[in-house]
Amino acid sequence: MGAGHAHKLYRQAASPVHDLPPHCKIAAVFLFVIVVVSTPREAVWAFGLYAVLIAVVAGAARIPAGFLLKRLLIEVPFVAFAVLMPFVVPGDQVHVLGLALSKNGLWGAWNVLAKGTLGVAASVILASTTDLRALLLGLQRLKLPSLLVQIASFMIRYGDVITDEMRRMSIARRSRGFEAKGLKAWSVLAKSAGALFIRSYERGERVHLAMVSRGYAGSMPVIDDVTATGAQWRYAAVLPASALVICLLGWTL
Amino acid sequence: MTSSAAPASLEVSGLAFAYPDGHQALFGIDLTVGRGERVALLGPNGAGKTTLVLHLNGILTGGAGSVKVAGLPVEKRNLAEIRRRVGIVFQDPDDQLFMPTVREDVAFGPAASGMRGAELEARVHKALERVGMAEYADRPPHHLSFGQRRRVAVATVLAMEPEILVLDEPSSNLDPASRRELADILRALDVTVLMVTHDLPYALELCGRSVILSGGTIAADGKTADVLADEELMRTHRLELPFGFDPRAAAAKA
Repeated sequence: MGAGHAHKLYRQAASPVHDLPPHCKIAAVFLFVIVVVSTPREAVWAFGLYAVLIAVVAGAARIPAGFLLKRLLIEVPFVAFAVLMPFVVPGDQVHVLGLALSKNGLWGAWNVLAKGTLGVAASVILASTTDLRALLLGLQRLKLPSLLVQIASFMIRYGDVITDEMRRMSIARRSRGFEAKGLKAWSVLAKSAGALFIRSYERGERVHLAMVSRGYAGSMPVIDDVTATGAQWRYAAVLPASALVICLLGWTL
Repeated sequence: MTSSAAPASLEVSGLAFAYPDGHQALFGIDLTVGRGERVALLGPNGAGKTTLVLHLNGILTGGAGSVKVAGLPVEKRNLAEIRRRVGIVFQDPDDQLFMPTVREDVAFGPAASGMRGAELEARVHKALERVGMAEYADRPPHHLSFGQRRRVAVATVLAMEPEILVLDEPSSNLDPASRRELADILRALDVTVLMVTHDLPYALELCGRSVILSGGTIAADGKTADVLADEELMRTHRLELPFGFDPRAAAAKA
């Protein structure tokens, strides 16, 4: 897709990973995550190997390590929960630096942390090598319910429009001397959010009107379709297949 | 006004409509627009212009009277064909352009009626060409200027090769250059146009004939230059020319 401007999640580059059809990549990432999640948490080495796999894919996609690591920060709020686990989960205790930690909790925290990080890393690679439009085509190709694809596509189209509207409302508020501080401001902000909701709702009605006027009858016509060759599928399958081998080893060793 | 053999692009007869809340918006409208004509629909806010427009492609129905597009009555069983024949360009292009890229948006109408592949591609290209936006096909609509978005909005309905193009306030929010560019595009189109507008000079520039809709009835129907020059008529229906604009002089110049 030769979109003039890309979304900021996407990282323009020429690489074999960028060239893969989107639905192959989505399927590969999905299977990879499933395999990682089904790996026993005690097989610590397996997670190390998964990380190596991710690093190899990132290398093939020409994604610098720093870029990937920075994107991983999105995980932090979820990880906060994992950090709590050693303190709150009941069971055998171990003492580290004078702190009483639950053994079960430590394993639990490791489990969440390792699997979460690998999943997020795989998704970051997917998002950096596939632009949003292509992702939607991929999902459509993978037969995700068309209503969900439509909703996602409208989110992309109207995200900026609504953000713009929000910004204009904020400018209008501030131009009349409003500064958002203190409890009192909350009521104003809540009313603005309500107004924004109603405006967006009404826009939704107008968009629907425009769609119906051009012959929309409940389903989106397929305008673009993506196809993949057997070779492309096999190439995309390398990631989940190697992960599967590691996972099986993790269960048997 | 209608031309000879071919049925008129639009025939509205005895159209009356009341909203469910009881507000009566239209009281027996009769309007015929011949093939290839460009007609301006003028009138103050709340005159029923939008209500009339939404009857043309069957979004609103259920009142008295009838609407025919190129001889085909606007009825439930004809809706798909009617909506292909009546291309409405809404006022806000952000409402009209709902697909992720310009190309897909222009393709939406024809694709919805079953067109695919090379034929669809050619149709899209031709429609974008007619509004001078062909090189923007792969852009997302929100990265275009307002004037460009309005032109793409026109292309989205041109791609359906409509019998009649209905424009709701085509010149609103356009800077003078974009306004003129749009006028050039509209003049070059070989299609029947019904243009709802408050921009009276624009009506004079583009449409030989004007219809005033006021209070849900047709208050005047005639040559645009004559309608705009009738001060009494204009005043009665809250229509005002811009400061210093003389319709007779402008019409004479044109």
